[in-house]
Formats: sequence, structure tokens, C-alpha cells
Amino acid sequence: MGPVPNKTDKNLTYVSLKGVGHKYDPHPNSPMVVQDIDLDIHRHEFVAVVGPSGCGKSTLLRMVAGLLVPSHGSVSVFNLPVTEPRDDVGIVFQKANLLPWLTVRKNVLFPLKHKYGRYSSADEVRANELLEMAGLMQFADKMPDELSGGMQQRVGIVRALLLNPDILLMDEPFSALDALTREQIGFDLLDIWREHPKTVLFITHSISEAVLLSDRILVMSKRPGTVMDLIEVDLARPRTSKTINSPRFAELTDIIRGYIYEPNVPV
Amino acid sequence: MNQTYPFKFWCKQQVNRFAPGLFFIGLVLLWECICVFGKVPNYILPAPSSIITAFLNVEFSRWMTHLWATLRVALMGFFLSIIIAIPLSIGMMRSELMNRVLYPALIVIQSTPVVAVAPLIIVLLGTDDPSRVLITCLITFFPLVVSTTTGMLETPPEMIELSKSLRAPRYRETWQIRIPYAIPHIFSGLRVSITLAIIGAVVAEFVAAEEGLGYFIQFSTSFFKIPQAFAGLIFLSIISLLLFKSVQWVQMWLFPWSLPKKK
Repeated sequence: MGPVPNKTDKNLTYVSLKGVGHKYDPHPNSPMVVQDIDLDIHRHEFVAVVGPSGCGKSTLLRMVAGLLVPSHGSVSVFNLPVTEPRDDVGIVFQKANLLPWLTVRKNVLFPLKHKYGRYSSADEVRANELLEMAGLMQFADKMPDELSGGMQQRVGIVRALLLNPDILLMDEPFSALDALTREQIGFDLLDIWREHPKTVLFITHSISEAVLLSDRILVMSKRPGTVMDLIEVDLARPRTSKTINSPRFAELTDIIRGYIYEPNVPV
Repeated sequence: MNQTYPFKFWCKQQVNRFAPGLFFIGLVLLWECICVFGKVPNYILPAPSSIITAFLNVEFSRWMTHLWATLRVALMGFFLSIIIAIPLSIGMMRSELMNRVLYPALIVIQSTPVVAVAPLIIVLLGTDDPSRVLITCLITFFPLVVSTTTGMLETPPEMIELSKSLRAPRYRETWQIRIPYAIPHIFSGLRVSITLAIIGAVVAEFVAAEEGLGYFIQFSTSFFKIPQAFAGLIFLSIISLLLFKSVQWVQMWLFPWSLPKKK
């Protein structure tokens, strides 16, 4: 894997996108999905990406994940160009993406089972700890379809934490949930994040969710997705339901809403 | 709770419960009446009562001999086609070239009537079990290949991305994701195949055999023992139904998660 970066270095850039663009069809006249994206994410930062559907948010995430090679520019993680998926990057998928034939516990342990073909009893202990933390211990031996959508997605998050990644990529993880569950799981995620600080890239199309959760928000235009603004979210942590009612929260959501609904406003 | 149920609702429930059985019994009674009152001769259409008599007139051990002969060939053909179909599907799923080469060949085999090929296979392989098993296999394996391949190809892309994000070896992607995902599809293929296996075995017996339920039916018909032929036919249908059910039981037992959800 080349030189091992010193991950405790405060100045180390965890994720770096430089002039990133992508088109699925290599033909010169084919349209770009995303274009000219520049973004640096640092240690334990929570960065959200919002934009209208089809603006290439998920494409961006797949490039950071190493599942997709960008056709333009460069993506690097710990200052190393991303050529394939890395062990220190975990992914939480849009729908929980659990395997319906495995119990909750086995789903959480699946990354080890799938990558190495086995797991140790120490791994099981760790899986149990994670399940306990997410309040899922009593469901550990249930099948995924016996759980509600919100609980399923919590299992998805726990699974992504199993290999203890430094970077967590979340691809619209709560979009399949109803509004109430969605708000609750947002707070749950903040709790988990406080206990297990990670560098997070969070894709969403919910403006309020982005403001509630993140330190910075990358606002993208409609296709081809470009950076419209990078907004600093200066709301105090820990954030609670009171945060949602604060005037600053409303201000920030209004700014972003302005970009999304009036895309001709000069940046 | 029960007292609050209106009587009408209770009646409706009972009718729903027993309707299939009552319909069947009604049908048999109608058949009996037509034969008895219409004076239909036994060698044209035997009454259910004479079919039962014919069934009881044949020794139990003889039934078992014929049953075993048919079941043996059907099951051997069925399991052989599982052994062939699953690896073949994996190969066709993994390799585009293999898919392009083999798929047309499979369609040619599938669209050739087995009844027409059966005598040729007997000439080729002789009149023993191997040729009968091959005939059964030819008729059963296509639905299995199609259902297994479809299931594996329908695996959601996010599950494949999960595998890719872990940089897992491809054989684990196949064994831990694609095959389990295809289980419900594989079982619908197996349910079709098991009934086809009986058909295959009977076709083979019609062409060349000295025992088996297919042979028994043909033999009884050619001696104008029509009630006995009907008895054989009904016995065969019951066996076929039981095999179909056993495939469902195996699925319920081994892969309960793969069954459609109860309402």
C-alpha cells in the first residue's frame, strides 16, 4: 500500500478531490456527470454533499470509495491516489443493503467473513459491542426483515464500523426512511459519531439533515454537478432537537435552499 | 374474541377452508354418477369406484416395484441435472463468452421434443438406467439453468459493490452473495424440474422398460385394463404432487428466509 501515513497528524488531508470530473461514456461529446470538484476533508470532519437528484453526488462517493475511477482530475485518500477500495474506508449504502439470509450479527460480521473467509471470537465480541452501542443487542439473532427500516439502517452503520475505518462514506443512508425515523436516526448517528469519531462524507438530498449533521456542506448544482458553495456550519455541538429550532439553523437551510431552487444566483 | 365474530363470517371462513376439498369430492362424485347412470362402459371411462377396486387388486409389492423403478430414474435424473445445472449457471454468469457459446445450445436442447429424441438415446446408450436417466436429465435441467442464472444476475448492484468495497475474492462474491441471493429462484426452478423429472422418467419407460409406473400404464392400456391404467395414472400424479411438496418442505427447512413473507 506504499508509505503508511501518520493518521494522527492534524494537517493530514484525509480525503482530497482535485479538479475531479467524470463521464460514464468516454466519447468526447458525451456529457459530464460531475465537473471540477475540489474538496479537502480533514480528520474527524463531517462533510455533507447536497444537491438535486442526478447531480452526481453518488458518483462522487463511488470515486472516493475506489469503486469508480474518475475520468478527470484526481481523488486521493491520505495523500495516496485512490486506485481500488481501501480497508480504512467504510461504506454505508442507500438502503441498508443487508443480506436477508444472515442474522443481524452475521450481517455485522459479514465484512470479515467475506474478506478473509472467517472471523475470530474476538471479532464476535467486537460485533456485540457495536450492536450494544447501537441499541441492537436484543435483535442480534433476528433476521433483517424482522427489523424496522430505521433499525436495519443502524445495522448497516454498525457493519461499516466493524473494520474500524478512518473514513466513513454514507450514500443517502436515510433516504428510504420516513421523516420521523429519519430525524431520530440522525441524532443516533451523531451519538455514534461522538463515541467513534470518524471522518465522514455524507451524501444527502435533505437540506436540514445536512445542516443538522455536518461541519461543512458542499452544495452541488444540477447535472453536470459542480461546486456551488462550500458552507461552514457554525452550529454548536452536541446538536439536539433544539438546534433545529435555532435561528442560525433556519438561516443556513435558507441559504442552501436558495442555491438549489434558484440556480442562477451568482456564487 | 371469537364471540364477536358474526356467524356469517365464521361460515365464510369454513367455506374458504374446505372449498378445495369439497370441490374435489364433488368432481369425483359427478364422475361416478356419469359413469353409473350414463352406463359408460369401463373400457371407455372407468368409474372412480372401479379404479379403486383395480388399485386394490394389484399387489402392494408390485406397486412398490413399479414406483421404485420410476422414482429411482426420476430422482437420479433430477439430482444429476442439479449437479450439472448449478456449475453451468455459475460459469455462464461469470463468463460472457461461455454464456454466448452455451445459451444457444441449451435452447436447441430445450426446444427439441424429448419424446422424439428418447428412442435415439435408447439406441445410443442401451435400454438400462443410464439412457432413462439421461432422458430425465435433458428435460429437467433447462429450467434449473435459467432460474439459477437469472437469480444470480439479479443480485442487487449494491450487494456486489459491498463485495467490491471489501476487495473480496470473486469466488466468495459468488458463494456468499450471488448463490444465496438466487436461492428463491433456484427453488422455483427445482419445483418445475421435479415434476418434469417424473415426466422424463415416464417418457423413457414408454420407449423401453420392463417396470415402472409409466410402463405399467402403457402395459395396462394395451391389455384394455383401463381401470388399472387409471389407477396407475392417479398413483403417479400423487407421487408427483408429493415430490413437488417435498421440494417446498426442503426449502422451508433449510432456507426459511427465502420464502415469500406471510401477510
